[in-house]
Amino acid sequence: MNLKKYLASGLAIAMLAGTVALAGCTAEEEPTTEEPAAGETVELEGSITVQGSDTLLNVATAWSDGFMDANPGVDISVQGGGSGTGIAALINGTAEFANASRGIKDEEITEAEANGVDPVEHKVAIDGIAVVVNPANDVEELTLEQLGQIFRGEITNWKDVGGADKQIVLLSRDSSSGTYEYFKEEVVAAEDENAEYAASAKLLPSNQAIADEVAANEAGIGYIGLGYLTDDVSVVAIDGVKASIETATDGSYPISRYLYMYSNGEVDGVMQAYLDWILGAEGQQLVEDEGFVPLP
Amino acid sequence: MTTPPSISGRRLGRTTSRRAAEAVVRGLIYFCGWLAIIILAAIAGFLLWNALRAINEAGVGSMLSGTAWYPTSSPGKFGMLPLIIGSLFVTGVALLVCVPVGVGAALYISEFSDRRVKEVMKTIIEFMAAVPSVVYGLIGVAVLIPLVKSVFVLDSGMTALTGGIVLGVMSIPTVISISEDALHAVPSDLRRGSAALGNTRWQTTYKVTLPAAGSGIFAATMLGLGRAIGETMAVLMLTGNAAIMPGSPLESVRTMTGTIAAEMGEVVQGGLHYSVLFAVGLVLFIITFTINLAADMVLERQRKRWRR
Repeated sequence: MNLKKYLASGLAIAMLAGTVALAGCTAEEEPTTEEPAAGETVELEGSITVQGSDTLLNVATAWSDGFMDANPGVDISVQGGGSGTGIAALINGTAEFANASRGIKDEEITEAEANGVDPVEHKVAIDGIAVVVNPANDVEELTLEQLGQIFRGEITNWKDVGGADKQIVLLSRDSSSGTYEYFKEEVVAAEDENAEYAASAKLLPSNQAIADEVAANEAGIGYIGLGYLTDDVSVVAIDGVKASIETATDGSYPISRYLYMYSNGEVDGVMQAYLDWILGAEGQQLVEDEGFVPLP
Repeated sequence: MTTPPSISGRRLGRTTSRRAAEAVVRGLIYFCGWLAIIILAAIAGFLLWNALRAINEAGVGSMLSGTAWYPTSSPGKFGMLPLIIGSLFVTGVALLVCVPVGVGAALYISEFSDRRVKEVMKTIIEFMAAVPSVVYGLIGVAVLIPLVKSVFVLDSGMTALTGGIVLGVMSIPTVISISEDALHAVPSDLRRGSAALGNTRWQTTYKVTLPAAGSGIFAATMLGLGRAIGETMAVLMLTGNAAIMPGSPLESVRTMTGTIAAEMGEVVQGGLHYSVLFAVGLVLFIITFTINLAADMVLERQRKRWRR
């Protein structure tokens, strides 16, 4: 009896551990266990909490790992959750840096000022938002106009844009995502600022969830950051240009944007050092390694 | 039954310290009872307090009857009717899954299985209850979403049905263990009496034992319902979260819990969106409270009937 119970709880713990590892791609803190080596001179000390954009999460984690390797006295914890989450955390005082894949909104600035927070913007990278469909879908190109119609729910069948006779399954990020906001501004509400996403759009909690569903669903269409592209999905050219690092860098791809970090007031001390490092050669190399576009 | 005089004599001679201890324990129980009631009232008050801004600015009527949920638009649209209907759809499917399976399993364990099978099954059920909901969600994503999509020939497998099935499976342990307790509590005299009248074991079960345990099984169903309507993680992963008015369980739905979970992190404390999410919480609280109250009233009526 007892043995059974031990086995059961052991299994439960193993499954839980597996889950945590899997969930790590959405919103997990990066454990920081680096100890300063004896005899080494520790110049920087302190801890920084970073929260926000799910799009930036992989890069942000790579940055914090790289910076902590170089400066063992610094503790950086990185969490995802979405740009809105990060900015809210900055305003609520629970994060020092907010990662955002969109610019801060006027309402958010008002709210921040009401809470005595002065958000300062730092551009850290560039990202193209790739429109992706299942590899079995033979639609290879859409115009920006058609893309807007699809996501507003005005075009609901693939055959209307040159594909098979199949209902379009809309996949979007949830409303806490900066990518959701940016895509809405640039595509859904490009002509009419009161336009909304179709209510039938399924809102998924992460870039990865969208990539997975598109890979599994022949009728799906979704949008994800360049860093989340894999061979399981195929990229649709928009107005004749395919999303890639090159087209986002030279500005020919229409749906690309800056990625930001926001701080409360001008940064100093360890936060300044961290930001300088991110904007420096090593930090920008990591941006490229993760599939995003370094700052020019 | 009257107590024999010798024992009652000893009772009268209880020592002062024992009486004091009893008073302390009684006081403690009263305190805990009242504390539970106060905490519940405080939760209701807290929800209401935080929802006040939404009630004033967005309006109760337009929130409850509105069908457009675009909280981050400016101005935000806070129609929560699709969320309420979505929650009820998912919960309904979950009940259809967990009640028959749960009660059936409880009947088998309590009335028909031998002791060894019973022990093994109870261990498995305990284990099922211990698995975190995100694991059920992951299994649902990997197995059930593609399955529902291909079986019902749908465009997408992220539906109320998918979420409901997984929630139903998650509620099964609750339903089994409470129903099994209720069946176990039926006195063996009833079963033996029924057998003496010539009933088979199966006839005894559905004519005597099951009705006798009815109120307990009803309570188990209500607890299962409570678990299903309040669950968050699995529905967030499985239902697609599209805030449409669902016409059938084969469409995507957005539930109240899923909405709170997805959006709570992004809102600024004290803001309108924050307040609206508390209003959603308040609606959920009222629905759950009403269901439990109704269940209690039904149970009470049944109890009275059995006493007669």
